[in-house]
Amino acid sequence: MADKIDQIFVTVLHFLVSYLPEAWRPLASSLICIAFILMVFPLIFSLTTIFERKGIGRIQNRYGPNRVGIPFTKIRLAGFGQFLPDGVKMLTKEDVVPRAADQVVHFLAPIVLLIPVLLTYAVLPFGRNMAIADYDAGLLFFLAVGGAVEISVFMAGWSSRNKYSLLGAMRAIAQMVSYEIPLILSGVTVVMIAGTLNLSQIVEHQNQYTFGIAHWFVFTPWGLVGFILFFIASLAESNRSPFDLPEAESEIIAGYFTEYSGFKFALFFLGEYLGMFSIIGLGITLFLGGWTSPVSFLTWIPSWIWFLTKMMAIVFVFIWIRATLPRLRMDQLMGFAWKFMLPLALINILVAGLWHFMSHDWQRWLVCSAIIFGAYVVLGRGLMANQKLGKRIYRYAE
Amino acid sequence: MSPFFIITAVVTLFGAVLAMSLRNLVHCALAMAIAFAGVAALFLQLGAEFVGFAQILIYIGAIAILIVFAILLTRSGESPDKSVLTSGWWAGIAVTAMVFTILGWAVLSSSAVPKELPAAPAATVKNVGDLLMTKFVLPLEIVALVLTAAMIGAVLIALKEDNKDNAGGQP
Amino acid sequence: MLGEQIIKGMAVTAKNFFGSYVSKDRLTTVQYPEERLTPKENTRQFPFLVFDGDDAEKGLRCVACQICEKECPPQCIYIVKSKDKKPDYKGQMQVYPVTFDIDISVCMSCSICVEVCPFESIKMNNEFELSTDDRFKGLLLTKKELAKPNSYYQQIHPQDAKDSDAVIAAEKVKAEAKAKAAAEAKAKADAEAKAKAAAAAAPVGTPPANPPTPPPAAK
Repeated sequence: MADKIDQIFVTVLHFLVSYLPEAWRPLASSLICIAFILMVFPLIFSLTTIFERKGIGRIQNRYGPNRVGIPFTKIRLAGFGQFLPDGVKMLTKEDVVPRAADQVVHFLAPIVLLIPVLLTYAVLPFGRNMAIADYDAGLLFFLAVGGAVEISVFMAGWSSRNKYSLLGAMRAIAQMVSYEIPLILSGVTVVMIAGTLNLSQIVEHQNQYTFGIAHWFVFTPWGLVGFILFFIASLAESNRSPFDLPEAESEIIAGYFTEYSGFKFALFFLGEYLGMFSIIGLGITLFLGGWTSPVSFLTWIPSWIWFLTKMMAIVFVFIWIRATLPRLRMDQLMGFAWKFMLPLALINILVAGLWHFMSHDWQRWLVCSAIIFGAYVVLGRGLMANQKLGKRIYRYAE
Repeated sequence: MSPFFIITAVVTLFGAVLAMSLRNLVHCALAMAIAFAGVAALFLQLGAEFVGFAQILIYIGAIAILIVFAILLTRSGESPDKSVLTSGWWAGIAVTAMVFTILGWAVLSSSAVPKELPAAPAATVKNVGDLLMTKFVLPLEIVALVLTAAMIGAVLIALKEDNKDNAGGQP
Repeated sequence: MLGEQIIKGMAVTAKNFFGSYVSKDRLTTVQYPEERLTPKENTRQFPFLVFDGDDAEKGLRCVACQICEKECPPQCIYIVKSKDKKPDYKGQMQVYPVTFDIDISVCMSCSICVEVCPFESIKMNNEFELSTDDRFKGLLLTKKELAKPNSYYQQIHPQDAKDSDAVIAAEKVKAEAKAKAAAEAKAKADAEAKAKAAAAAAPVGTPPANPPTPPPAAK
């Protein structure tokens, strides 16, 4: 029974496709998968916006939205109906294009953003046997396609002919390029240990249990550091606070999508959140065992529920961080990426190599943990040494 | 020739032509990104996953961005009024055609290239990695060295100069 | 060590997050239409006119002196004086406003009208639910809408109302004393005049022709 629920989507897909002639099946199956992704993830996105507003509200000791439920009834659904009027409002707004804007590029930018973001979902294994395109080089595909987002950010910022847009785009690209390196390098450790770039096989590699606890990569010294690095880099890649400089409201309005309104703005908003979900999905797949359960006695819970639960848990941490940390300054941002995360990621690769070649006993735990902890302390000291904390001196104001 | 090949080929050529003929340099760079994407799609059709993804990662994700940034940081946004084609365009075409003919002739008549293509080996990432770490480890290391040297050079050029004469001006 | 303070900050926000579900005291906001905060004593929104007794027309304290109209910085008050007179709270005959309009879309709630009014007549209301679907008529309050009984004032601003009532009572006492004094003086004068007249007019024997006129209005 549990098995059937676990495979329900796969079964339904096969059932639907089996009615078609042989030649049409691959195309129909891809179309159904695409429709599935286009349905599920925007829905999760819209619920997440409410989730985020409510969560931040609670952290600031407010209620958050809790009114809109089912119309013409007293049922309020704790405010989770809010996304519908929000969406309708967004779609009915006027689409304003600046007169000086580069019309074609301005029009294409949101589309170019959404295409790579949606493509990344193709390789994520949402559950057992639920990766849509099981590429041999799935991780590479994800990183390659995810990297193409930058060009749409540039297109949006440049074509708007607005200084805030351009500044936002420059910041966004500088930030994305810088943080892509620790992101990839922390993923490399997983590839080294699992010996494959195929995401489904990486998950399979973590799907084994000792004493009832799963072999997730995050439960190893290098995996923990890799996961933290990946987490920070994914915060930066999805332009989330404290790395939200590209769209810092208090500084540059909305960054590269300042000049977008109505449906195009909605597309940017959607693209940003979908990008966040996909990169969280990758983080889960690489370090948190994908769709596997953390303990062996919970394996009866369907795999896709595990995936979604982990995803929403990390989304919650993202929201939590957003409500806690202030925005970084540009030089702090760059310094953090190049002076702390990059060296730590490189040392982490070294440690992963050591882990692979040392014998399987407690010594490798000790050695690997010691190296990583030492590196963390030294790099952290180095990072903080340059900060001139203390009383601020103004050059002209005093 | 499958229809997919024709579509990707047309897109690639279209991007390349646009990249040559558009006035605005940023538009040219973006059109070139289209051409890169088309090339990546062609690689993927040939079953070369690794090369195709690397093409996207490096050419669209990095090179196109680099070009665009270089244009932004060095020029004003105005597009030139002059025609894209210089007066000597026909000479250029003649030279190009000549070079192409000679190269094509040389390649076709060479004995180094077998006329009958062997069955394409399964170019999985694993094979590529194995080869890079065994047979081609020396070229890989040399490339890595060259790239590191280039990076250090770039950092040195970008490094702020220590002009101590100016230091007195700051309170 | 790097990251320590981040953990501390995260702990604070987590405490807030869970605390807001546990203790209602933490929540700084209320569910407005259902729950309301009692307004602060000195809350002020827009002015209203105070009247004594039950009849708004009869007991209105305003005497249409137009000081507030002149002092109002955004010029949102419009007053038309009456031709006839009616007794005010002191019993003196006064003009009264035929029209008294305040455009609350213009009013800036500065409370200057309240400060300048010598008759304790215009006060600040704390009513804030003034939304309307007619942005011209709906926000132009007429005399009828502005007039509120003194009991309402006592209810919304107890302390201010007490002070205001004390002032009015003192004025009433003063006015009465003055009237009394005037009456006494007049009585005395009358008596004297009478005596004089009696003395003088013993031969003539006529009473004084005119009854004493009431003293002129204070204003």
